[in-house]
Amino acid sequence: MSTTTVDRLEGARRDARKAASSRPISRAEGWRRRGPLLPALIFTIIVTQLPFLLTIWYSLHSRNLLRPEADLFVGFSNYLDIARDSTFRQTALNSVVITLGCVLVAMILGIVLALLLDRPFFGRSVARTMLITPFLVMPVATSVLWSIALLNPTYGLFNWALGLFGIEAVDWTSTYPVIAILMALVWQWTPFMMLLVLAGLQAQPKDVLEAASVDGANSWLTFRLITLPHLRRYIELGVLLGIIYVVNTFDQIYLMTAGGPGTASANLPFYIYQRAFLGFDIGQAAAMGVVVVIATIIVASAALRLIFRSFEVKE
Amino acid sequence: MSVATPVVTPRTTDSRRETRRRFSGGFLTTVTWLLAIGFFFPVAWMAMTAFKQENQAASDPPTWFFTPTLDQFRAVLEGGSMVYVGNSVIATGVSTVLVLLLGVPAAYALSIRPVQKVSDVLFFFISTKMLPVVAVIVPIYVIAGQLKVLDNIWTLVVLYTAMNLPIAVWMMRSFFIEVPGEVLEAAAIDGAGLMRTMRSVLLPMVAPGIAATALICVIFAWNEFFFALNLTASQAATVPVLIVSTMTSEGLFLARLCAAALLASLPVILAGWIAQKQLVRGLSMGAIK
Amino acid sequence: MFRPPRGTSVRATLAAATAAVALALTGCAGAGAVGGGDGEQIVVAIVSNPQMQDAISLQDEFRAAHPGVDVQFVSLPENEARAKITASVATGGGEFDVVMISNYETPMWAENGWIENLQPYIEATDGYDAEDFVPSVREALSSDGDMYSVPFYGESSFLAYRTDLFAEAGLEMPDNPTWDEVRELAGELHDPAQDFSGICLRGLAGWGENMAPMTTVLNTFGGGWFDADWNATLASPESREAIETYIDTLQTYGQPGAATSGFGDCLTRFSQGQSAMWYDATSMVSSVEDPASSTVAGDVGYVPAPVAETESAGWLYSWSLAIPSTSEHKDAAWDFVSWMTDKDYIKLVGEEIGWERVPPGSRLSTYEIPEYAEVSQAYADATLESMNGATQEATMTHDVPYPGIQFVGIPEFQDLGTRVGQQMSAAIAGQITVDEAIEQSQRYAETVADTYQAEEGQ
Repeated sequence: MSTTTVDRLEGARRDARKAASSRPISRAEGWRRRGPLLPALIFTIIVTQLPFLLTIWYSLHSRNLLRPEADLFVGFSNYLDIARDSTFRQTALNSVVITLGCVLVAMILGIVLALLLDRPFFGRSVARTMLITPFLVMPVATSVLWSIALLNPTYGLFNWALGLFGIEAVDWTSTYPVIAILMALVWQWTPFMMLLVLAGLQAQPKDVLEAASVDGANSWLTFRLITLPHLRRYIELGVLLGIIYVVNTFDQIYLMTAGGPGTASANLPFYIYQRAFLGFDIGQAAAMGVVVVIATIIVASAALRLIFRSFEVKE
Repeated sequence: MSVATPVVTPRTTDSRRETRRRFSGGFLTTVTWLLAIGFFFPVAWMAMTAFKQENQAASDPPTWFFTPTLDQFRAVLEGGSMVYVGNSVIATGVSTVLVLLLGVPAAYALSIRPVQKVSDVLFFFISTKMLPVVAVIVPIYVIAGQLKVLDNIWTLVVLYTAMNLPIAVWMMRSFFIEVPGEVLEAAAIDGAGLMRTMRSVLLPMVAPGIAATALICVIFAWNEFFFALNLTASQAATVPVLIVSTMTSEGLFLARLCAAALLASLPVILAGWIAQKQLVRGLSMGAIK
Repeated sequence: MFRPPRGTSVRATLAAATAAVALALTGCAGAGAVGGGDGEQIVVAIVSNPQMQDAISLQDEFRAAHPGVDVQFVSLPENEARAKITASVATGGGEFDVVMISNYETPMWAENGWIENLQPYIEATDGYDAEDFVPSVREALSSDGDMYSVPFYGESSFLAYRTDLFAEAGLEMPDNPTWDEVRELAGELHDPAQDFSGICLRGLAGWGENMAPMTTVLNTFGGGWFDADWNATLASPESREAIETYIDTLQTYGQPGAATSGFGDCLTRFSQGQSAMWYDATSMVSSVEDPASSTVAGDVGYVPAPVAETESAGWLYSWSLAIPSTSEHKDAAWDFVSWMTDKDYIKLVGEEIGWERVPPGSRLSTYEIPEYAEVSQAYADATLESMNGATQEATMTHDVPYPGIQFVGIPEFQDLGTRVGQQMSAAIAGQITVDEAIEQSQRYAETVADTYQAEEGQ
C-alpha cells in the first residue's frame, strides 16, 4: 500500500467524521443510528450496573452472612473501617505492583519477541506457535503448573535447574511470592503483547522500511524513527488491555499463594474475595468493591483521555 | 503518518555488510529459538508430567525418562468429565455468538454511521471491564439465588457475554472504522439497505477482524474461573472447576492434575494454533484507530 | 490492506459459526443426557479428599439400593467447598440437598436453623446405630443432645516418625513425647544438605491449615485464643512460648517452603522419605501406609500429639453430613446420608476398595472389624486413643467459653483464624518477626473479643 492510499483513507475518514458531526442530525436519523447500539448497551447496563447498585446498597449496611440476626444500616462506617485498614492499603499497593510489573515486563519482552519474529528465518511459524501457547493455556492450569511443577521447593523444576548452577534451592512462593506470581503472569501475558506488536509490525508499510535501509539508515535508527512511532498505538492498546485484565487477576493468586505468606501477595480482588467468602462480611467487602471501582475509574479515565489519541478525534 | 517521504535510491550491495547481516541473522535466529523453547517449555513439561505416575511426577531430581502411562488421563476422564466439557462448550459457544450478535451492530453504530457521544459510549463499555468482578459477585449470587438460576449454565452464558462484549465492541469498532467511506456510499447509491450493506459489503471486509474478536472471546470465556467457581455446583460446572476439583488437599496429585490441565487447555490451544494467522491479521487491521 | 476477500471466506466464517452452534447443541444434549434421571435428584456437596472420592466411586451401590434417588456430586478442595457451602446455606441458595460440614459449623448452623435436626431421622431408621459413633465426635456434632450432622469420618492429630531411621540412628521415640523431646529428636536427624528435614509442620496460612496444629500447641502450653472471660490471650507468656516453639522448630528443623506448605505438601514430603517426623492429622495414614504412593509405608510409627503442660494435645475434627433446611428432598437426602455413614458402608469400602481405605474415626465398631484391625495395627490404637483424648478437659489447662479444641467455635473464627494464620505464616517465612506477628494477631483477636465481652455484659 502506498503512502498516497493511506492519505486518501485518512482524508476520507476525516471528511466522513466531519460530515457526521457538523450536519445536525434529525430525531429520526438519531434513533436510526442509535438503534443498532441499544441492545448491546441495554444488555451491558442491566448485567453490569444493576449488581453494582446492589453492591453500593450492601456497602452501607453491616451485614455478616454468618450472623443472620444483625443487618443494620450503618451509613459510611464500612468506608471508615477501610480507611483504617492497613491490609487494604498493602493489598492496594500489591495490585499496583503486580499490574504495572506484569504489563511493563510483558510488553518489553513482547516487543523483543515480535521484532525477532518479524524476520524471515527457518521454522518461523513453529517458533511463533510455541511462543503464543502460554497465552492459550487456561490460567487455572498455569497456576498449578507454576506453583507445583515449576516452583515447588522440593521437586520443582526451577530449583533443580538452579541447582545445576550451584544455586541453592529457593522457596519461591513463600520467599518471593510477588515475584513468583509475576513470573506466571508475565509468562502468560507476553505472548498477547507479542501478538499485538507483531500485528503492528506486519501492518507497517514495507516500502518505507526498504527505502530507509537503502538510504543507509542503520537498523536501530530505522527502529527508533520509523518502527517505534508506528507501533505506538499498538503498544498503547496492549498496555491498556493488559492493565484492564491483569488488575483483576484472581486465579493465579488464589491458586499459587492464596495471597500469602501473610497477605504479602494478596491483591485487591483476592482480599475482597476473602472478606466476602471467608469472613462473609458482606458490608465490608461491598464497600471495598465500591472504593476499588471508583479508584479504577478515576485512574483509568485520566489515563484513557491523556494517553489515547483515539479519544480526541470524536465530536 | 509523520514519516518524511524517503528518497528512493538504487539498491547498492555491500558485501561486508551482507556478511555481518548473515552472521547477526544466525545469531538472532538462535536467540529466537532459545526464547521460543523457553516459553514453550513449561507447557511441554506439563504434558510430560501428565504421562507419568504420581511418584515420578513429584520426584527430586526430576524424572526425564519414563514409560508413559495413560492412567492419569483415564482417571480424569472416567469421573463424568464430559458434563463439564459440555457446559464449557455451551458457555463459550453461545456467549461468543451472542457477543457477535450484539456487538457487530453496536460497533457499526459507533463507527460507520456514528451516534453522538461516541467516546462516552466507548468509555462506558470499557469502564465496565474495570469493575472488579469480586465487587459484584455477592449481589450476583444473591440475585441468581432469588431468580433460581444458580448452578444454571445460562447464567454463565449471560455473564460471559457481558464480560466479553465491551472488548468485542471496542475491537470491532476499530476494524469497522477502517472501511473506506466510498465503498459504503457506493452501496447506498446502488440502493442497498442497511442489512444488505452489512451482509454483502461490510461483513466480508471485516471478517478477519470479527474472527480475531471471536477467538479472543472464546479464549476468555473458556478459561473463565471465578464466576464458574462461585455460581455453579453440579449441573453447570465448567472445565476450570473440574481442574480445581481434581486438586485434593490430601494425597499426591501432580500427574493427574497435569493431565486434567492439559486436557482442559487443549481445545483453546489448538484453536489458537490454527487461527494464529487470523489473529495477527485481525489485530493488525487497525487495532486502535 | 483492505482487499475485500472473496466470497469463500464469508462462507468459511459462516461455516465456523455454524460449527460452533452445532458443537454447543451437541454439548447441550450431552449434558442433558447425563443430568437426566427418572427419580428424585439430590445434589451432594463434599470435600474432595480420598475417602470422599471413594464414596463417589461407590455410588452405584447406593443407586442399586435406592433406585428412586439420583445423586449428583459436587466435589471441591476443602477451602473452596467450605466457602461455597457456607455461602449457599447462609443465603438460602438451595443448590445442595446434602452438605459436608464439620464439627466447627454444626453447632452454629444448628442454632441458626440452617440445617435439619437429624435426631428424628436417626430414630426412625432401623439398624442405624447412633450410639456406635465415637463419643467425642457425637458430642461435637450435637446441639442440645440432638445430632444435627452425622460423622463420615473423624480424626485427631498425632506424630508420625520413621522407625527405620530412628533405629538406624539409635534414637528412641518416647511413648508420650513432649515438644522439647521432639525438638531434640528433630535436631538429631535434620540434614538440610541432603534435603532432609527433622520434622514437617504446616505453615500454610489458614484456620484449618497452620492454625490447627498451632492451636493444639497453644493449648498444651497453657495459652490459647481467649480465656474464660473472652479476653484475647494470644500475647500471654504461655501463648508466646508456644508460638515461638512452633515457629522456631519449623524454621530450624522444618521443611523448605514451610510458610506455604499445607497438609498435602507435608504428605508428599514425608511419604517421599524426606522428613523424619510429621505432626498432623491421623487421616494421614491412608496415604502414608499406601505403598502405591508412599515410599515409607511400613516404616512409620505413631505416637500421640506432643504435649507440654497437658496430658494430651490432639485435636478433634470430623467431616460430617448435614441436610440444609432449604432442601426440597429431605427424605431422599437422608437416604443418602444414612447410607454413607452406616456400618454397612464401612464394610462396603473394605470389601470393594480395600480395608486401609475405610473412613476412620467415625464408628467404634470399625475398630472391631478383624480385617480392619489387621491392616491398621500400626495406627489403630494411636488413632482411637488420640480421638478419645480429644476433649477440652484433657487438652487445655483452663476453661474456655467456646466449643472446639483446635478452633474457636464462633462464626468470626474462619476469618480471625486465617488472618492470624497469615501473620504466623509471614513470621515463618521470616518476612516479619514473631513479635510483630503476635502483636498483630492479638489486635485481631481483641476486636473479636470486644463483641463477645459486650454481649456478656448485657
